[in-house]
Amino acid sequence: MSPTPLAWYLGLSAVLFTVGVLGVLVRRNVIIIFMAIEIMLNAVNLAFVAIARSLGSMDGQVMVFFVMTVAAAEAAVGLAIILAVFRSRETTNADELMSLRW
Amino acid sequence: MNPPVFLLLAILTVAAAVSVIATANPVHSALGLVVTLFLLSVFFVALDAQLVAVLQVIVYAGAIVVLFLFVVMLLNLQGEPRLTGGKGLVVAATAAALAFTALLVTLLGRSAPAPSNTLPPGFGETQALAQRLFTSHLLAFELTSVLLLVAVVGAVALSRR
Amino acid sequence: MGVDVAITAGKAVFAILLALQVVALGVFFERKVSAVIQDRIGANRAAIFGFAGLGLVNTLVADPIKFLLKEDVTPAAVDHLLHMLAPLVSVVPALLPFAVIPFGDVLQVGDRTINLQAAELNVGILFVLAMASLGVYGVVLGGWASNNRWSLLGGIRGSAQMISYEIAMGLALIGVVLTFNTLDLQEMVRQQGRLLWGWLPAWGVLYQPVALVIFFTAGVAESKRIPFDLPESESELVSGYFTEYSGAKHLMFMMSDFIEVVLVAALVTTLFFGGWQVPYLARDGFHLPGGAMLAVPSWGVAILQVTSFAVKVILFTWLQIVIRWTLPRFRYDQLMRLGWQGLLPIALLNVLLTSLVVVLVGST
Repeated sequence: MSPTPLAWYLGLSAVLFTVGVLGVLVRRNVIIIFMAIEIMLNAVNLAFVAIARSLGSMDGQVMVFFVMTVAAAEAAVGLAIILAVFRSRETTNADELMSLRW
Repeated sequence: MNPPVFLLLAILTVAAAVSVIATANPVHSALGLVVTLFLLSVFFVALDAQLVAVLQVIVYAGAIVVLFLFVVMLLNLQGEPRLTGGKGLVVAATAAALAFTALLVTLLGRSAPAPSNTLPPGFGETQALAQRLFTSHLLAFELTSVLLLVAVVGAVALSRR
Repeated sequence: MGVDVAITAGKAVFAILLALQVVALGVFFERKVSAVIQDRIGANRAAIFGFAGLGLVNTLVADPIKFLLKEDVTPAAVDHLLHMLAPLVSVVPALLPFAVIPFGDVLQVGDRTINLQAAELNVGILFVLAMASLGVYGVVLGGWASNNRWSLLGGIRGSAQMISYEIAMGLALIGVVLTFNTLDLQEMVRQQGRLLWGWLPAWGVLYQPVALVIFFTAGVAESKRIPFDLPESESELVSGYFTEYSGAKHLMFMMSDFIEVVLVAALVTTLFFGGWQVPYLARDGFHLPGGAMLAVPSWGVAILQVTSFAVKVILFTWLQIVIRWTLPRFRYDQLMRLGWQGLLPIALLNVLLTSLVVVLVGST
């Protein structure tokens, strides 16, 4: 059986990225928005690993390592912010967290 | 990985990702996220990235999503009455998303490099990754460790009363 | 090609059956050991026409029938998907690491050399850690889905405990990885077959005793056994996170508890006590330190190695059972303090010292 062509992996990565973008645009709960951001990051990871395999270079996987680490740091701080905001405002609805708008 | 297996797993992954953004209950969304991450880890194994695959399960599926679940439980989110931002927004966003997917798939398919079938020995193993991390990407590695420290301190400081 | 698949499938089935059989017998083993510790005769009621079969009637007949035929009472207000998923998510990640644990060296069948390890991953030990981190979901979902505040409390305590001790476990394993310079479990066991100074088998405990203590403690804490069983504490939280479970689902939670006991025992043997290594036994026979050699056929060597592995695993399972029935339970803040302020710094120091020694010895 022939191996899957690289374009298929990149296509899957594109579809997952769009699902993530859709989630950020459409959902109102900030935690679900956060999860959609994680999906986007993982779609990019998949693209990196697929291209690394195709080029035979380990640099793609090193990039994935760093993306994972930064995503972990971002998740920790982001969720702490959400918790702090929830304590003062009792809501996780992004439409209601708009006191910094003009 | 041969095409039929890839198609099956790809459909499952997209379905799980859609379930993250489409279900009302945040705990179900978190579970969908775990399934997505786990299936992506399977793809990584098929792409000869064993260390990255295992790290994905340990870090992402095993720690970050647990953190999400903790926050959901602490805030006691049962499900939201108003799920999405209005019908007009959903239609416009879906149309834009479809157009965006089409654009990405066309561009990526056009510029995909030719796959090489001969991989250097030890590709995807711990030694190869570590060798890169500690020589050519050393600065990024050190900066990432500082970033993690900052994140830990920041998270503790932000969640104090 | 088909034969390779059949051989791998056979090894996988063997590993899983081994795990499940030890669990079944282990439950009975635990009741008998606890009876000895508490100066009574335990578990002697199940018998067919007076024939108790050394406990096999109890274990293989009475217990399974009891659990499977019990009524599965599911409260109406639970989240049914999560309620059904939680026991599965608890059992499967506890069983999967048995695929990477080697239970023998090689088996020569004709001209084929079969490596006695179900899945030959080169990141074996990280796979074990990955499955341990997935096991947290069983606790979290079980507590949340039950829609019961004591279950939720047990679930949150349990998951916080598990993720805290995962860190200490991982750091202890780093010391081991530094010593053996590999992540593959079969390779680690093979390296423990060397002899120090001509007569002492180079088992992991000689190189990393601190890591052994940390890993064992963290392993017992991960499987939520006494003295770390606050998430399921019978005297405080009814049954903690599996209060609302009965019948087959409850059986799965209990099974996952004991599977993890056997898993911790198997990991401690593999990493620190030579795994399947019998002292002085090489692939062709015994090479005694005086120079004498006793030839053993290859199937005999394989049987000896698998037996040695089984004996060591049973020994460490027994140790965990004795610890369970001897020590009182940790209070929750004591537990967390031990994990974060006790085991974590010691594990970090261990990594530091080990890497110093490896660099210094390697440079001479």
